[in-house]
Amino acid sequence: MAHAGRPATTGAAVADAAVADRGLVACPDCDLLQRLPLVPLRQTARCARCRAPLWRHKPDSLERTLALALAAAILLLIANVVPMLGLSVAGREAFTTVVGGVVAMWREGTQVVAMLVLFAAVIAPALQIACLLLVVLAVRRPPAPHWVATLLHGYEFVREWSMIEIMLLGVLVALIKIAELATVIPGLALFVLGSLVFLLAAMAATFDPRLAWERIEWAAGSDQGGVARGLR
Amino acid sequence: MRTAGFVSARSLGLAGCEACGLVVRLPAAGGVDHCPRCGERLHSRRPASIERSWALAITALVLYVPANLLPVMTTNTPLGAVSDTIMQGVVELWSPTSWPLAIVVFVASVTIPLGKLIALAYLLLTVQRGSVRSNGQRVRLYRLLKFIGRWSMLDVFVDTFVVALIQLRPLMWVEPGAGVIFFAGVVVVTMLAVNSFDPRLIWDLPQQERHGDG
Repeated sequence: MAHAGRPATTGAAVADAAVADRGLVACPDCDLLQRLPLVPLRQTARCARCRAPLWRHKPDSLERTLALALAAAILLLIANVVPMLGLSVAGREAFTTVVGGVVAMWREGTQVVAMLVLFAAVIAPALQIACLLLVVLAVRRPPAPHWVATLLHGYEFVREWSMIEIMLLGVLVALIKIAELATVIPGLALFVLGSLVFLLAAMAATFDPRLAWERIEWAAGSDQGGVARGLR
Repeated sequence: MRTAGFVSARSLGLAGCEACGLVVRLPAAGGVDHCPRCGERLHSRRPASIERSWALAITALVLYVPANLLPVMTTNTPLGAVSDTIMQGVVELWSPTSWPLAIVVFVASVTIPLGKLIALAYLLLTVQRGSVRSNGQRVRLYRLLKFIGRWSMLDVFVDTFVVALIQLRPLMWVEPGAGVIFFAGVVVVTMLAVNSFDPRLIWDLPQQERHGDG
């Protein structure tokens, strides 16, 4: 069952403070001002107007995210050092890793595409995991120093550009294209990447950014909402 | 569509921080302010959202032409060279066993980028006309665009790994074509175009806009 936010009335929202009542949320998709309802475990509060998910009550978010991020870090490391695909034709064998694909595109003259692939398939997933790992470690003892906010911003930015699942599908299509010409040998990294897709999805789904933000020191140097200070 | 009784943060001079979600009072005089919690810039609506979105969408449409006309890869053998565009790649993939993959590649490379541009143009036009109809459907369309846009990158990865593996000179080798550069551009620019669009504009009433101007 979905729990709808309660639309805020004018009186509740208006205060003189720089920061409005901290129980209020403005829907990111429609700007409706509302109060987060009490949400039972594993249920989602949705916007009363546009149904955008506002917050999900996740059990042991920080501990579980830490475990999943550690596992993902190890798998990403393995996936990038062991061969991913090999092929044998007329007695010759060739193997490639993820980075091998980037190097080939670079050498063949499409450096822009090589960099994009490197970013989407290696750098963004690595940053995604590293940022989240540091964030969940740092917020264990609140208040976390403000540099954690930079990491959390970085995590949110990089998430959209981390495309392991799309790369894996691309590798499978490439594999079928090549299978007509040569014998294809799937490498260990292919299976590691397959598991990584699920781990990354679980990691992102387990993490509760609202909880993390509440444990990070304020940029304005005040942890008591309502104190208007010079910002920046 | 119910609108009565709903209060937007903007109408009360408040804004939800796009990064951390904190609801903050915007300075009455206007101007740039930063979120006191996370330090990000605060916007009631993303600045120049509609103009940026249009500019990026039109750029993507321009890039889309060479992306489809130029070859994305060239296969070289001692007998000669064969170049393939994205569409020819889809046709070649079509066989009794691998046709489902051909459909996946077609959807990711042709349907999604074009559909995304058409849908984004529809969202931009309805917002510019101050439409108040089917807001719910329009915001769902926006969420769909955000979710599926990344999958267009599929063909870039396919080309990369075909090129990486088939390097058996002088027997057979594959080189990437210029088309793949333009196509990668289409994917990145359409993603940026959707990110520039502010879905909160869908819900703003035309009267509020006029109030802001006067």
